[in-house]
Amino acid sequence: MDNFEPKIVAFCCNWCSYAGADLAGTSRMQYPPAIRIIRVMCSGRVSPFLVLKALSVGADGVLVLGCHPGDCHYIEGNYKTMRRIPLLKKVLKQFGIEEERVRLEWVSASEGAKFAEVANSFTQSIKNLGPSTLDNLKQSSKGAKHG
Amino acid sequence: MKKIMIDPITRLEGHGKIAIFLNDDGGVANVYFQVPELRGFEKFSEGRPAEDMPQITQRICGVCPEAHHMASTKALDALFHVEPTSTAKKLRELLYSAFYVTDHTTHFYILAAPDFVMGPDAPPAERNILGVIAKVGLELGGAVIRTRHENHWVIQTIGGRPIHPCFGLPGGVSKAINEEERAKIEEIAKSSVEFGKLSLKVFDDVVLKNKEYLDMVLSDTFTHRTYSMGLVDENNKVNFYDGKVRVVDPEGKEFCKYAPRDYLEHVAEHVEPWTYLKFPYLKNVGWKGFVDGKDSGVYRCTPQSRLNAADGMATPLAQEEYEKMYSTLGGKPAHYTLATHWARLIELLYAAERMVELVRDPEITSPDIRTIPTATPDEGIGIVEAPRGTLTHHYITDERGIIKKCNLIVGTTNNHAAISMSIKKAAVDLIKPGKEITEGLLNRIEMAWRPYDLCLACATHSLPGQAPLEVTIYDAQGNELKKLSQGIS
Amino acid sequence: MAKLKIALYWAASCGGCDIATLAIGEKILKLAEAADIVFWPIGLDFKYADVEKMPDKSIDACLFNGAIRTSENEHVAKLLRAKSKIMIAYGSCSYEGCIPGLSNFYNRQMTFEHVYIETPTTDNPGKIFPQTKVKVPEGELELPEFYDTVKTLAQTVDVDYFVPGCPPEEKTTWLALEALITGKLPPKGTVISHAVKAVCDECPRKKGEKKIKKFYRPYEIVPDPEICLLEQGLLCYGIATRGGCGALCPQANMPCTGCYGPVEGVIDQGAHFLSALSSIIDSNDPEEIQKIIDDIPDPAGTFYRYSLPDSLLRRARIK
Ligand code: SF4
Ligand code: SF4
Ligand code: SF4
Ligand code: FES
Repeated sequence: MDNFEPKIVAFCCNWCSYAGADLAGTSRMQYPPAIRIIRVMCSGRVSPFLVLKALSVGADGVLVLGCHPGDCHYIEGNYKTMRRIPLLKKVLKQFGIEEERVRLEWVSASEGAKFAEVANSFTQSIKNLGPSTLDNLKQSSKGAKHG
Repeated sequence: MKKIMIDPITRLEGHGKIAIFLNDDGGVANVYFQVPELRGFEKFSEGRPAEDMPQITQRICGVCPEAHHMASTKALDALFHVEPTSTAKKLRELLYSAFYVTDHTTHFYILAAPDFVMGPDAPPAERNILGVIAKVGLELGGAVIRTRHENHWVIQTIGGRPIHPCFGLPGGVSKAINEEERAKIEEIAKSSVEFGKLSLKVFDDVVLKNKEYLDMVLSDTFTHRTYSMGLVDENNKVNFYDGKVRVVDPEGKEFCKYAPRDYLEHVAEHVEPWTYLKFPYLKNVGWKGFVDGKDSGVYRCTPQSRLNAADGMATPLAQEEYEKMYSTLGGKPAHYTLATHWARLIELLYAAERMVELVRDPEITSPDIRTIPTATPDEGIGIVEAPRGTLTHHYITDERGIIKKCNLIVGTTNNHAAISMSIKKAAVDLIKPGKEITEGLLNRIEMAWRPYDLCLACATHSLPGQAPLEVTIYDAQGNELKKLSQGIS
Repeated sequence: MAKLKIALYWAASCGGCDIATLAIGEKILKLAEAADIVFWPIGLDFKYADVEKMPDKSIDACLFNGAIRTSENEHVAKLLRAKSKIMIAYGSCSYEGCIPGLSNFYNRQMTFEHVYIETPTTDNPGKIFPQTKVKVPEGELELPEFYDTVKTLAQTVDVDYFVPGCPPEEKTTWLALEALITGKLPPKGTVISHAVKAVCDECPRKKGEKKIKKFYRPYEIVPDPEICLLEQGLLCYGIATRGGCGALCPQANMPCTGCYGPVEGVIDQGAHFLSALSSIIDSNDPEEIQKIIDDIPDPAGTFYRYSLPDSLLRRARIK
């Protein structure tokens, strides 16, 4: 497990967290290469479908990052996210998937340090969890006859 | 050794097959009735909210979803410690009676009647419902179709959906009926009573007046002396919706009578490695294998067994027919598998009469259909009498009403051992060394299990339908010697 | 015009779809005029061998109901695919896995142990499980293999059309049959139903603004008969379910449970319902939100009631 390099997808809201990630980058703060950033216009755009899709094609963890409550440029977007993620986590748990594989955080454009810290701690926690076997599972469920 | 496969014979929570092994001299060595399917409802119900169980468990069977829906709803009453309102109980029983009328109609006319009306040796192409209609008259055919159709309307009107109803809740039902609906149901109930009478007359004309058939009904080939099980009301009369389970021994003496909550003390299930379906038996007698008699825990749960287990019918016309049946068969209990068809028609008449009683009840249109449960759910057992046998649902939940454990003993399962025995006996008696195995002969074997009404989905179709049967005979090396098949081609 | 050749088959199914296929009332005569049923195990003389002998693509259309649960189901699905020009997944089991697909929260081992050992009526001291091959004194008996995971038809063979519903309503069935009879076939992959929009569109209940502070379970309240059930806090799946049934359940005062599958364009019905529900929860306070969603006792089993095998995740991961 030591050399496990997790694949992590981070959905970053364009207006805050993406800028925060950018700041972290330009300020040369260290954050793990495991993170693949996908820029979205608002955390409200991150439907449960996208999170599940990421997990089902092999992501070991999914980060959803949005503006702080009250700061969403589309007013309600991140409140929606605030309600979706806990419900989604309950669902994941029932699927036997550790709820820690999905995390929601609020990161503003000026919080480059927070971005780096979230990215680091999330990556570490995914490393501790080990790889998600979802992808194999999906393959095997296609033709699985034993188990 | 030769092996005859009858595969697939029918549906029973899926498909089914019969394997008949012949001795080297051509006699029958043994018979196995296999159910090659399992779907795992008891397991995946765990984690589901209890109140969803009536709609979940009915997906076990689209032929008798009403039975699962009802047993489950009653298990919920017990689980939530709630007494349904009087109107709710009546609406449930009214729907359930309409269901019995359609289900028994289907079974008798589409599955059973062809053998009797056309004769067991008639060509398969004629031995079907169309043949029956041609012989008995178009008018009867129309009545069969109308009865089924109208009672399905009753089911949808009360239950919300035509195939998988959605109205059952702990403490009641989701929907009341209005006067207009009531009046229409009353008309349907009355014509169902007439249809029940007519059906018994048909049985009288074609079976009882024909000595050859009557002899077949009474022959040892189609007889098994087992325990009989059925649900009875407080007067020990047959009831489908509610009451206690009564079991009588092969002599007709009461062996036990239990409330749903005590079922674990009375029934156990045996497992064999060659079928996915278990074999229930009477726990206090024990599993002794596939044998009849007082020392074997095998019981039957068919229309005839229900009549055996009860002291009579709760409605007048059905009671008359009940008395007539036992006097013709030489007393109670009767163990003639083929007489099950007769008992089924008596039950049909009872269900129709019961519909009339219920639909005329002044309470039936009352809006008082729900009691909201307030107690903490824990454990509940619900039993109804399904057309194919006593149906038991048993749930254990956490304090939020989430299913932790679920156990189901499904209608046909009760008869699994007896079905195997009936097939074997018929096969042993009919397949003899040196005697050619004809299609008619195989049909007689099929007649041995058809009375159990193995939840044949074909039973529910209006097109010509007969349980398909394919028999392949193999020699000792597994080479195919002969292939016969029957059905409609 | 030559008559169409149609095959009907049931795999892991409850039989409700078989009944529904032909519960088309007097239209059955129109069907009989236009089509011959060449293979129908429960109604017609049944022989796998006969089907094997048919030339490939000699059946015009196969209406296949039931999911793929055993090796036998899979074998017949492949056989019928080869013999049929058009393969139709008929009913929720075959289209999405349906309620029996909830079995994918567990696996074969767990199911067997429960059914054949743990259930309180079972008496099985030898811990016997059914086997695919068993030696009995007289010879050998076979059973098909019970798979670990329930699969949809489309996960097993190429499917041309889908007919939603558990079971499909009469008018939905007729829509599919009519398309076959008239030859006016929609593009491959179409889910055949009258409505592409949600059940809500067909529901006569009064709809207002949906804002939910508390979810109720159906036994806890007597809902107002006129107003949208979801607005009253019942988990009505109508907002995320394809219409076509005529909103039967809400009209019986019961929430829709989602049997017609996802609305047009949605891939994962459960994720869609989850999303829709989150939007109407009336709170912006994380603690309160948690409290509200804790009233949903079985989110995965509710959101994926009919579509677990067809979901993105397909089954639970069992350690
Ligand atoms: S879709 Fe529903 S009605 Fe059809 S077979 Fe499956 S459970 Fe039965
Ligand atoms: S009751 Fe259900 S189907 Fe009807 S409008 Fe409300 S959410 Fe939609
Ligand atoms: S209301 Fe929903 S669950 Fe009920 S029949 Fe329609 S789609 Fe199916
Ligand atoms: S704009 Fe950043 S979360 Fe909505």
